Order: sequence, then structure tokens, then C-alpha cells
Amino acid sequence: MKNTVVRRLLPLIGLLAFLAVWEAVPRLGLAQRTLLPTPSDLPEAFLRELSNGIWITALGNSLFHYALGLLVGAGCGIGLGILTGMFGVAEGLFAWVSRILRPMPGLAWVPFAILWFGVSEAGAVFIISIGVFWIVYFATFGAIRSVDRDLIEVAQAFGFSSAWERLIKVMLPAATPGILVGLRTALGQAWMSVVAAELFGVSGLGSRMMQASSLLATDIVVVYMLTMAALYGLMDAFFMFSQGRLLRWRPS
Amino acid sequence: MSEPNTIGARTASPAVIDIQGLNLSFDQDGRRTDVLRGLDLSIRHGEFVAIVGASGVGKSTLLRVLMGLVQPSAGSVRVNPDPGAERPMALVFQDSRLLPWRSVCSNVSFGLEKSNMTRTERRERAMQALGVVGLADLADRWPWQLSGGQRQRVSLARALAVRPSILLMDEPFSALDVSTREGLQDELIRIWRQTNRTILFVTHDIDEAVYLADRVVALGGKPGEVRAMRSVDVERPRKRGSVALDDLANDVKADIFGEPARSGGNWVI
Repeated sequence: MKNTVVRRLLPLIGLLAFLAVWEAVPRLGLAQRTLLPTPSDLPEAFLRELSNGIWITALGNSLFHYALGLLVGAGCGIGLGILTGMFGVAEGLFAWVSRILRPMPGLAWVPFAILWFGVSEAGAVFIISIGVFWIVYFATFGAIRSVDRDLIEVAQAFGFSSAWERLIKVMLPAATPGILVGLRTALGQAWMSVVAAELFGVSGLGSRMMQASSLLATDIVVVYMLTMAALYGLMDAFFMFSQGRLLRWRPS
Repeated sequence: MSEPNTIGARTASPAVIDIQGLNLSFDQDGRRTDVLRGLDLSIRHGEFVAIVGASGVGKSTLLRVLMGLVQPSAGSVRVNPDPGAERPMALVFQDSRLLPWRSVCSNVSFGLEKSNMTRTERRERAMQALGVVGLADLADRWPWQLSGGQRQRVSLARALAVRPSILLMDEPFSALDVSTREGLQDELIRIWRQTNRTILFVTHDIDEAVYLADRVVALGGKPGEVRAMRSVDVERPRKRGSVALDDLANDVKADIFGEPARSGGNWVI
């Protein structure tokens, strides 16, 4: 009984200890306060960003890039993953192309994003969607490929003989758990891409962080870092909730 | 189910399935494997035919040829479904193969989604089929919540729901324990008499074949061919392990494993 209470409290104790050490290091003069802001500086910095309206604007912009990038990247990833997962010809055609393009990090696309889209929302969305695309693509491809052949035979035995019917009746529902695993990873990856995508000036959380860091306003940088962490946590929780609803057919 | 009972028509009715000279071979890695050779089989309306043989003899493949899932290499397969049936055939698999993301009821109505029935009609029909197999009260469960026997009943209901003329069954009870299996065998007989369907039942269990069927077709050899056909002239309801059934089972065993075939030329031991 006492043990379980302690065990439940352990994460909280760990967090408090972390904050205490963090607070102590600059205060004891082990680091300059401009280089490492203390946790106690943060509420004030957050209120400043909130009251001048920058926080909410940056948040709105980034959420827009994030959502659109996720939508485009995941949409293309699922679509192409289904195509290559179902048809050997598509898989063959895309095999080497994917091998060449896959290792390129989202940041490597920044020059082209600027050249093609300028410093614009579209450029940011493009960068974010590339990172999302590969994760979701490989998850979908793998999930579609590993659908139980026996279940596909059931669809055929009951007259669902076209590729479209096979997909809708069996392959997509069977592949959903695997696709969702990829989507969840992409949810986190997309926040990392948001920072990268906004580094070159498209306004949002990432660009505000860069501005603040060039002014040595490190407390503001940390405020935005924590903002992203909180958003990711919220979205992940929401995602897990929706996934639980979608996959309620599985034994828990 | 609400179909008229026409057991009287069972005598002297025309063939619902007529297989002539069926050959089947697969090309794999440049080598040809013959699976079935020179198979003739004619099944009358309402007949319960069991196909027995060792595993790998092509029993299941034969069902897939009938379903159109596999193309024969030679020979003809003619199917004359009853006018009252909505589908020529439906297949019950060995391992139930329910779709895990669908509820029991939704699994049963799966095959109906090919027709233009409304959702309510489909649900109604599915509930009816579940009633036939005695599982109406489990309609909203998920497949993983069912026992092996219940899953196989749902699989049977899914096949019955599309109102097929011929019910094809691929070793449907082989994965079940003895008491569940015997219960389902008796239930199948009841459903067969009640719905007046033709059943083609594949099994490797010879006792099961003689207990259930009007006629037992023994397949043997490689490639598989018909070794013998025997009518089971034992009154129903039958008694498991009765002398008549046991004698017949021994004859069928001899057909498959030991004795020369009574029909057809090639003897393989």
C-alpha cells in the first residue's frame, strides 16, 4: 500500500528534484543566468509573451503549419504506402527512388523549400510534410504487406474481388493498427520539423525561438520549448484516446 | 431461415455441381506440381457429400476451384444453383477467419455487403443466421471474446447469411475439441435438414465423414484422384460408433490407403 503510493509519487519527486537542480545551478553561480534561465524566471517570461500577444500568434501559425504538414505528409504516405503495399509493380518502381530520397533529412530540403516556395507558409508545410511522409509511408507499406493472406481470401470468397473492395473491406482495417503506430511517431517528428521549417523565417514558435535566442532572451526560448513539449503531450494523449476508440475491437 | 422445406425434392434432382475431368497443376519455381488429376464428381441438389483424404491430397484446393479462387488447368466445372438461392456457393474455412475488427453481427453480414441490401436488412438477415446457429445473444461481441466453437458457428452463420445454394466446408471442425466438434456436427445436420442446402464437406476425419454424409468420396495419391465413392446407407439420426458406420469407415480407409481403387485406372499405394 505504502509502496504503491511512493511509486506513484516517484515521477513527481523526480521532476521536482530536476527543477531544484536546474534552479540551483545558475543561483549558485555555476552558470550565467543569461545562458541558463532558472525555472522561476519562466512564468514571468511566459506572461510577457502572452500579454503582448506574440505567444498566441506564434502558436496559431505553428499549429497551422503543423496540421497542414501532417495532413499532406500523412495523406501522401498512406496513399503511396497502400499503392506499393498492394501492387508489386508500384513497389518495384518506387524501390530505388525511396532508397535514394529516404535518408535525406527534412533540413536538407530547406534550400529547395526557399527556392520553390519562398519564405512562406507553403515552404514550412513542405518541410514538415517530408519528415512525416517517410515515417507514415514505411509504416503503411509494412502494415499493408503483412495483412493476413487468409483474410484477403475471405473477401474474395464472399465476392469482393476488385482491388478497391479488397482494400476497403480487409486490407485497410487490418493495416490500421500498423498505420497508427507510424502516425504516432510522425506526430512527434512533425514538431521537430516545425522548428526546422520555421528556422528560415516563416513565423511561428520556431522563428520566435530563433529571434529570442539571438537577443539572448533565453527564458523566452525555454518558454517556447516547453510550449512545444506541452502541445506534443496534449496531442499524443488525444491521439491515444482516438486510437483506443478506433481499435476498440482489440483485446485490451 | 425462411426458405420452404423441400426435402421431398431431394430424390432424383439434377446435379448442382458437375465436375468432369478436372486437372489442376501449379507452376512453382519452373517446376510443375500436379495437384488433382482426372477428377469427376457430380453432386445432386440437397445432397451431403464428404470428401476425405490425407492432408495435401488437394481437398481444400478442390473447394477453391469451385469457388473460382483457383483456375483449373483442364476439365470442366459446372454449377447449377437453385433458383431460390442468392449465391451459388459460400465457404466455411477451417480456422473460422472472422474479421477481428468487426463485431459478431457485422462479421455475419459481411458477405451481404456485396448485395444492395440496406444496413437494417443486412443486420436483420445476420441476426436470423446467428439465430440458426444459436448465437443471437452474442451478436455484439468481438471475435476474440468467443470460444473456438462459437467462432466456427459465426463462420457458419456468415456463410448461411448469403443464402448459398451450396455450402462448401473446409475441415470446419478439425481444430475443435471432441465434444465441441460432435455438438457442431449434430447442429450442422439439423441446419442442413432445416435449410435444405447442398453441402460439400472436406475432412481428413473418416469417422466424421461417414457420420455426416450421404456419400463419401475418397481422394488419394499424388496428384489426388478419386479412389472410391461410397453411399452411406444408414438411417438418420445416426449413432456414432455404430457397427454399420465403423464398417464403412474401415472400407473408406482401405480405399484411401490400402486397397486398389474401384474406379479409375491408376493405382497408387
